[in-house]
Amino acid sequence: MSIDTSEQGTAAAGMSTAPQPESGDPLQQPRLGLRGWLRWTWRQLTSMRVALLLLLLLSVAAIPGSLIPQRGGSNPLKVDGYFRQHPGRAEWMDKLQLFDVYSSWWFSATYLLLFISLVGCIVPRTWAHAKALRTRPPAAPRRMDRLPVYATWETDADPETVLAAARGQLKKRRFRLTPTDDQVAGEKGYARETGNLVFHTALIGVLVAVLMGSLLKGSGSTLLVEKSGGGFANVLAQYDDFNSGPWFDTTDMEKFGFKVDSITQRFERLGTQRGAARDYKAEVTYWQGANGTDKHGTIKVNEPLEIGGTKVYLTNTGYAPVVTVKDARGKVAFKGPVVFIQQDTNRTGTGVIKVPDVSPGLEQLGFSGIFTPSTAITPGRGPHSTFPSLDFPALFLTAYVGDLGVDSGIPQSIYKLKTDKMRQLTENGKPWAASMLPGETLALPDNQGSITFDGVSQWGQFQVSKEPGKGLALYSVIAAIAGLVLSLFVRRRRMWVRAVQGADGRTVVEVAGLSRTEGGGLAQEVQALADDLRASAPVASSGGTGKGADLNKRDED
Amino acid sequence: MLLSAETVDAVNENLAHLSNWCMYSAIAVYVLAFFAYCAEWVFGGRSRVAQQSAALVAEPAAEAGAPAAVAPAATIAAAFGGVAVATRPVATETRTGGGDADGVDAGRPVVVVRGGGHDADAADDRGDVTNGDERSDRFGRIAVGLTVVGFLLHAGTLFARGFAVKRAPWGNMYEFSTSVALMAVAAFLVLMTRRPVRWLGLFILLPVITTLGVAVTVLYTDTQQLVPALHSYWLWIHVSTAIVSFGAFHIGALASVLFLVKERYEQRMASEDKPARRWDTMMERLPASVSLDKTAYRVNALIFPLWTFAVVAGAIWAEVAWGRYWGWDPKETWSFITWVVYAGYLHARATGGWKGRNAAYLSLAAFGCFLFNYYGVNIFVNGLHSYSGV
Repeated sequence: MSIDTSEQGTAAAGMSTAPQPESGDPLQQPRLGLRGWLRWTWRQLTSMRVALLLLLLLSVAAIPGSLIPQRGGSNPLKVDGYFRQHPGRAEWMDKLQLFDVYSSWWFSATYLLLFISLVGCIVPRTWAHAKALRTRPPAAPRRMDRLPVYATWETDADPETVLAAARGQLKKRRFRLTPTDDQVAGEKGYARETGNLVFHTALIGVLVAVLMGSLLKGSGSTLLVEKSGGGFANVLAQYDDFNSGPWFDTTDMEKFGFKVDSITQRFERLGTQRGAARDYKAEVTYWQGANGTDKHGTIKVNEPLEIGGTKVYLTNTGYAPVVTVKDARGKVAFKGPVVFIQQDTNRTGTGVIKVPDVSPGLEQLGFSGIFTPSTAITPGRGPHSTFPSLDFPALFLTAYVGDLGVDSGIPQSIYKLKTDKMRQLTENGKPWAASMLPGETLALPDNQGSITFDGVSQWGQFQVSKEPGKGLALYSVIAAIAGLVLSLFVRRRRMWVRAVQGADGRTVVEVAGLSRTEGGGLAQEVQALADDLRASAPVASSGGTGKGADLNKRDED
Repeated sequence: MLLSAETVDAVNENLAHLSNWCMYSAIAVYVLAFFAYCAEWVFGGRSRVAQQSAALVAEPAAEAGAPAAVAPAATIAAAFGGVAVATRPVATETRTGGGDADGVDAGRPVVVVRGGGHDADAADDRGDVTNGDERSDRFGRIAVGLTVVGFLLHAGTLFARGFAVKRAPWGNMYEFSTSVALMAVAAFLVLMTRRPVRWLGLFILLPVITTLGVAVTVLYTDTQQLVPALHSYWLWIHVSTAIVSFGAFHIGALASVLFLVKERYEQRMASEDKPARRWDTMMERLPASVSLDKTAYRVNALIFPLWTFAVVAGAIWAEVAWGRYWGWDPKETWSFITWVVYAGYLHARATGGWKGRNAAYLSLAAFGCFLFNYYGVNIFVNGLHSYSGV
């Protein structure tokens, strides 16, 4: 933080009551020791001016993250794309942490300085406010008519009666009072500063919650097919991918699991948005703990399932054709759903079927193909889907035999077939290509066996997330908004009523008000108080308002 | 398993047509209202003679021109059987104890309000568009009437659309823009029931007509159902509060623009030679810059907690829909930026060296961020909030 010297003087003058060094003669200034410098830095940092600059700096610092793809953002792949497109530029941008703006040192420094400034501001203010809450409102100035809102009149009632009425009226208006012999001083609206402090303290709560979340969160995704297998158990190995904060303990994860009973999907059939998803949901059975009982749950978009402190979201759905593959000896080598990943909005999907468990001595089988839920074949385009629902499903396959490479121990994608040690099956010199409808069975060429398209299952992709600190964040923002409302809408103001015996024996009543914060309405308030006081202190019949007129006249002179 | 075969909700064609008809009618009526406001300003400016004679005679318009801060006091006074409110600005010593002069209630104390404080007269100056001209005033009234008619048609557009699709009518940019414009007019009309802000009418209709024009020509989308991501009651909470905030912030921004203009004019008038400029006749009839600043502050401060709530509601919804409450999605980022700049504006008004012009610039910057968050982020930046329908 560098603040040019021209600003030093003004900023210091604005904040401190210390005597100002003579300007224009730097040699005469007392030297600042280390402590002096620290003090000066602290003063600067906690000044409203610097806080405001930091606030604006924070808003500017947040901008690049919205325009440049971010590694932690919704589409991290775009960062790689950016690197491919502009390799040179991307490199120095990466050095400036422009792909990780919100965890960059400069963004963090800005908000940490801002929060230090905030703490430096609210601590002394809390002390001052606590003190103010215990002190009584100050007495009226001698010349009350100098105050912004003022009224006076004479009455025949004696001062004690007037003051008693004033006390009653102000108390009724919930003013904090200091009654003395000849006057009542009242102040109201302390909630403004209370709200202000609550708001700013709550912001610290939000920051703590966010930090907690990023350190302790753990989130991953898993893809499950309906009605198949044992489902999902919450251990690291069962996730397809997993991200966690540095303090997340992956060895001691919450014990629960779930399996998918059914998945339903609905799509728009009419209009320009034809094919757009309208609704999807998953019915699941879940259990908690090592041997918890089965419970039923529904997961929809916007309606995650909460199991303990973890939430399960349905993030994507798709189709998994169910196939049965028999090898050359007639043994069922594979049976089950195969996840196909959609490539377009009408859910034309691609996928592979790997059949490693053939009878001993036989070559392994592999299939690669296309699944279309609403099939159409147009010349030049090949098989594709015209609508995302299962209106007319079909499966298009080619087959390979050889070594799948799955026994080598090297992990490979379940969505890709490694064909370098396989040969494609052919028929009449051309690659064998099958198009199948549900229920159909086809024999593979060269007596390699057969494949049956049994039907179609659906899969769901689930995101499983645990993010501690959410509760703290929520309560903090609720407190912040409540504090904000108080600090913006409550008006702090003082009112005084003085009643003394005048020279003519009559009681002179003076009422005055002072707004200590922004906001109008004080005139009406004083007027209402004066009107209410008239019941106990009626304006004396002659010369009553004359006083007011006199006063006006005096000011006119 | 084949649930997709079921047909989607049929869109009520008639209601959709009604909605569009209301839309075009509303725009037409707003344009008429705009011309009526123009006429109000023009005729008010022409009545120089009336203005000069008014300066000589203590005409009743000045009575009505009593600062708004004490106007309700008169109401209270009336309830007590009299009016006894004296106002005495420091700069212009105009009247003494109005109530006494009328002799309505001799038994009522006079409350004196001094200039300079938060209750200063200038802070509640309402300007004088009509300049005491009767024709101008008539046009002003017609303009307000037309604004109300336009507002009702405008509201009809959204109601018809909402019923046509049986959901909250803010599922795409066309509907959102229409709603925001409606809320800007609503904020103006609500403000007018509280304070004399007819001077704002001309200016508020500019963004309203522009927004509706853009909505109809560029952003228009037929009535459609929503994507599953928007199937949530948070659509009602989060988006509606964002709409109200956006609409009302229009007024804060307009008041800030007018503040900057008027303040410069006042400075010019305070200088020695008082150089005359072209729009001076309009300038002089705007409320005092202090009053414009106060209007901007009040609207922005009133809406800021609501905007905070809108952002928080968005975060809660994001947690429910996407599994995290804050992910620096472009829309989230720009909401954050907007929030921070508005917070900066509120602080600036209490900071020496930032009051006045700088604070007004911040108010405009914050509104600019809001505009970018809507048009810029929706159209040019890819993110999770891709519901524009454009």
